[in-house]
Amino acid sequence: MDLYEYQAKDLFAAHGVPVLPGKTVDTAEAAESAAAELGTAVVVKAQVKTGGRGKAGGVKLAESPAEAKEKAGAILGMDIKGHTVHQVLVTTASDISEEYYFSFLLDRSNRTFLAMCSAEGGMEIEQLAVERPEALARIPIDAIAGVDKAKADEIVAAGKIPAEVADQASDVIVKLWETFVAEDATLVEVNPLVRDPENTVIALDGKVTLDGNADFRHPQHAELVDERTENALEAKAKAKNLNYVKLEGGSVGIIGNGAGLVMSTLDVVAYAGEKHGGQKPANFLDIGGGASAQVMANGLDVILNDPDVKSVFVNVFGGITACDAVANGIVEALKILGDEASKPLVVRLDGNNVVEGRQILEDANHPLVTQVATMDDAADKAAELAAGA
Amino acid sequence: MSIFLNENSKVIVQGLTGSEGTKHATKMLAAGTNIVGGVNARKAGTTVSIGGKELTVFGTVEEAMKETGADVSVIFVPPKFAKDAVIEAIDAAIPLAVVITEGIPVHDSAYFWAHAVAKGNKTRIIGPNCPGIISPGKSNAGIIPADIAGPGKIGLVSKSGTLTYQMMFELKEFGFSTAIGIGGDPIIGTTHIDALEAFEADPETAAIVMIGEIGGDAEERAAAYIKENVTKPVVGYVAGFTAPEGKTMGHAGAIVSGSAGTAAAKKEALEAAGVKVGKTPSETAALMKEIVASL
Repeated sequence: MDLYEYQAKDLFAAHGVPVLPGKTVDTAEAAESAAAELGTAVVVKAQVKTGGRGKAGGVKLAESPAEAKEKAGAILGMDIKGHTVHQVLVTTASDISEEYYFSFLLDRSNRTFLAMCSAEGGMEIEQLAVERPEALARIPIDAIAGVDKAKADEIVAAGKIPAEVADQASDVIVKLWETFVAEDATLVEVNPLVRDPENTVIALDGKVTLDGNADFRHPQHAELVDERTENALEAKAKAKNLNYVKLEGGSVGIIGNGAGLVMSTLDVVAYAGEKHGGQKPANFLDIGGGASAQVMANGLDVILNDPDVKSVFVNVFGGITACDAVANGIVEALKILGDEASKPLVVRLDGNNVVEGRQILEDANHPLVTQVATMDDAADKAAELAAGA
Repeated sequence: MSIFLNENSKVIVQGLTGSEGTKHATKMLAAGTNIVGGVNARKAGTTVSIGGKELTVFGTVEEAMKETGADVSVIFVPPKFAKDAVIEAIDAAIPLAVVITEGIPVHDSAYFWAHAVAKGNKTRIIGPNCPGIISPGKSNAGIIPADIAGPGKIGLVSKSGTLTYQMMFELKEFGFSTAIGIGGDPIIGTTHIDALEAFEADPETAAIVMIGEIGGDAEERAAAYIKENVTKPVVGYVAGFTAPEGKTMGHAGAIVSGSAGTAAAKKEALEAAGVKVGKTPSETAALMKEIVASL
């Protein structure tokens, strides 16, 4: 899960990383009082989980509370790369002498963590990495040894952070490592990490991604979920423990078992859709290995409630799961849903107990269900039905 | 022959007494796997009857190895305890540890991987979050259904479980030397390259199917490896051409970020290395059928 800037900075502060005081608000009036409380010039910053806020006009300086109100009014409700701004962070404006870049992230290729550090912060790091790779230090981190003061000193030196603030910067890096580990983050990024005229090092921005697999040891992370910005269907699916992702512009609902097979199903439907007026998959939904009738019903419920969906493709390869269990699940799910099930279903079953599974669906003879033997032909049928709807 | 797992493999199950462990140990035994015991510190010294076989539960992996000569451990321990279980297997220097467990925090995987490296990589780790490995007709360590395909000359390596099953099914008329699911997590023990290297060296493997998916650069690295080191024909498939940027597709590792990790980039890299890449599982299988027919 990606965090908002203000959430990231709250975590930073909790681990002793220096950040500027601020308050997150969702109305222009509240922005005015927050600025008055801070008693300084402030920066009003859109809280969205995407980059390029500044360029989009989502970050503004305000000299007075009245101006903060005006700027917040303009930013709230703004659309930044498809993300609606629901909240702004009102934070003390800081004089900046220099901007640095720092991050800890997962290095998949080397199966460890990586620190990236540069004295040339502020700009897009992807751009820096391409244009001036020598300016961006990449230091592998041993997952067991971690980052102590000596390692942080090494990172700071490699990033060519100026000597006057090197010691302070390495203290901050040790605390960022503590944040990274203690919170089970897969990314902790500070861009910019700034030096102010008093030579204080401050995390002016923050980007944190948390590992959902570690939620079991961080019950407090549940509070960081912002349901407002979650797609309603995704929120509904999540409440039912379904692995669902809504895809924009699609018309064919997809249900399958196993992440790889479902990804493959999306592709096969998109290819087949080219022959039917450009039909595309409307979602990713992996119901996993043990597809009980209830799980199937939950999945169908989410998909059939998507107004974009015109047809549904259920693609199951019975590995561990037996096809007869899946077929029974579909039949039961359609009973549970009753009249709510209103869109055509194309079902492809193969693998374990396929003969029994196909027979069950045949016997049920549900008017909405069409069985097709292969994945390619079933995708074609589903796209055809979506196009004709 | 086969890779990593054969008819002489002696298998223990960490988490044998849990529901998943028991269920899949039963299936593994039915597939002919020589399971010689289980590990659970709290039930050490007891015996369980699984699939008509009496299996001793040992307190540690080390003890199980000493008593039975086990050289493979299949791990079904829940995510919370998986890190300790894998470290125990590494400390005992068991040659192969197959980590089936799904949902292990990536900091835990990074930790046990670093531990394995520090111990000199005496333990080959497969997974985590994988279906395991099967050498049909010889042994099955994990949850791949043993009845999809029999022994043959094709080697298969895949990030995805169900796509492994789908591809084995499509190519069942030829059979497999070994099929291995390496898992969809961001940090995994055995990579595509490790499997390719072993298949290249295995005289019983004549051709290789490699299945990848979006995220990371493992497929690109595998392509570079194939170009330099693999003489056997390789057919590839990559899932996730239609996946949008920034959305995780089920596997923790399956995410396109920026321009990196797209299916198109992976396909291009593989084709540049001389790998024939199918657009769909069926097309991929058809490419492999042509190759096998010409062998």
